Amino acid sequence: MQPTHRSSRILQPAKNWFVFLSLFVALGLAYIPTGRLPGVPDWVPLVLAFWCIREPRRVGMGTAFVFGVLVDIGQGAAMGQHALAYVVLAYLATSIARRVLWFPPLQQALHILPMFFLTQLIMVLVRLVAGAEFPGWAYFLSSFTSAALWIPLHFLLLLPQYRPADRDDNRPI
Amino acid sequence: MSLAGHQSPPVFKQGPTPLVRLLVLVSVCLAMLVADLRFRYLEVVRQGLSVATWPLQMAAAAPVDFVRNAAVYFATLVEVQQDNAELRRSQLDAAQRLLRFEQLERDNAQLRELLQMAPAPGVRSVAAEVLYDAPDPFSRKVILDRGSQHGVAAGMAVVNAQGMIGQVTRAYPVQAEVTLLTDKDQAVPVQVARNGLRGVLFGAGQGRMELRFTLSGVDVLPGDRLETSGLDGIFLAGLPVAEVVSVDHESQTFAVVLCDPVAAVERTTQVLVLGRAEAPPPRPQPDSAPLRRTERKG
Repeated sequence: MQPTHRSSRILQPAKNWFVFLSLFVALGLAYIPTGRLPGVPDWVPLVLAFWCIREPRRVGMGTAFVFGVLVDIGQGAAMGQHALAYVVLAYLATSIARRVLWFPPLQQALHILPMFFLTQLIMVLVRLVAGAEFPGWAYFLSSFTSAALWIPLHFLLLLPQYRPADRDDNRPI
Repeated sequence: MSLAGHQSPPVFKQGPTPLVRLLVLVSVCLAMLVADLRFRYLEVVRQGLSVATWPLQMAAAAPVDFVRNAAVYFATLVEVQQDNAELRRSQLDAAQRLLRFEQLERDNAQLRELLQMAPAPGVRSVAAEVLYDAPDPFSRKVILDRGSQHGVAAGMAVVNAQGMIGQVTRAYPVQAEVTLLTDKDQAVPVQVARNGLRGVLFGAGQGRMELRFTLSGVDVLPGDRLETSGLDGIFLAGLPVAEVVSVDHESQTFAVVLCDPVAAVERTTQVLVLGRAEAPPPRPQPDSAPLRRTERKG
């Protein structure tokens, strides 16, 4: 529960089950076989970065590691490839968490974009060192689509916390 | 420890600092990468965890399946009729070949017996369907809907009607991962059908393949057909693989031989997984260790 620049609204605390449910939903989305379609957003780092910024005490590098390994297995990638990239992402996201929250969502997305790009760059470097072929520049498109999704996701994942503490029939939300 | 020598209160204890945690986890990841990519130690872990993630994967693949099935459902009658006519024609063609093939196989067995050669290895085959491309963008792999429960094992060749398209690299319980011929890491021992010249074919990217380690000046011509040699003890001999497109003898010691796969490697849905019915004979040891062991026994 942290103040943001735009809204001084006091939020409900995030529920643990919701945090992990959203992470598993993102994992499920990452498992959708989209083939070689470029620009498919990386759902897991997106949700992971969100919770690392919102709840740095609960979601951090350990969670990033576990979900990275799960993505590695589901995608048939090298074991540790996504885990390595997500751990670095989680480190960066938790370290800028206090600062980023003072910005409105659009500028938060601009903060997140280079981190997504770095995540993908780490994966490319790991695989190139291991002798794979370069997947082409279109591979990096998904950083941009992920960052663009930050704004709707920001709203969606905070929805449960917007609820009032006690029910009031006269209040709209 | 604070300055006054008191322990800091437990409220402030949060374990190791983030940087230490980062370094520990990064080194764990690097160790995993080396263990997996270099030594293939983590296949057991991968198999075990893949059973746990399988329900989620199936749930995720369901909408894609639905879209694909819907596309098939709305195929027009004309297309189906054309397909049907085509299939009838190819079946007639195949039938007369099959008649000759049975007779030739009998002849072959008889001749091998006469010459006292070992019988040709039997074939084990599993029909399968390509579910989807593996999401890993760094490699050329597809996922089949048949796994080790149906008799698919790692190392088996995957063919379609035209020729070979790849090799099973990981067999999960109900799925299998096939590395396509055009993948950079995929190697196939082949021979030139025209003169029996042997070589190893590697993926070269952009749907091409390259016959590496061929000395420049050897007898390979554009248009030559390459087929599996079966010398690896894994593939069956004589599966058509590729056709030579260009040969460049003018570079250094080795000629640059570029080939195109015979089959539509990256656009195939119905495939056959082929393997040898019995395990290949054990490889001879490079040193004379087994000899000494038998001497001691005797």
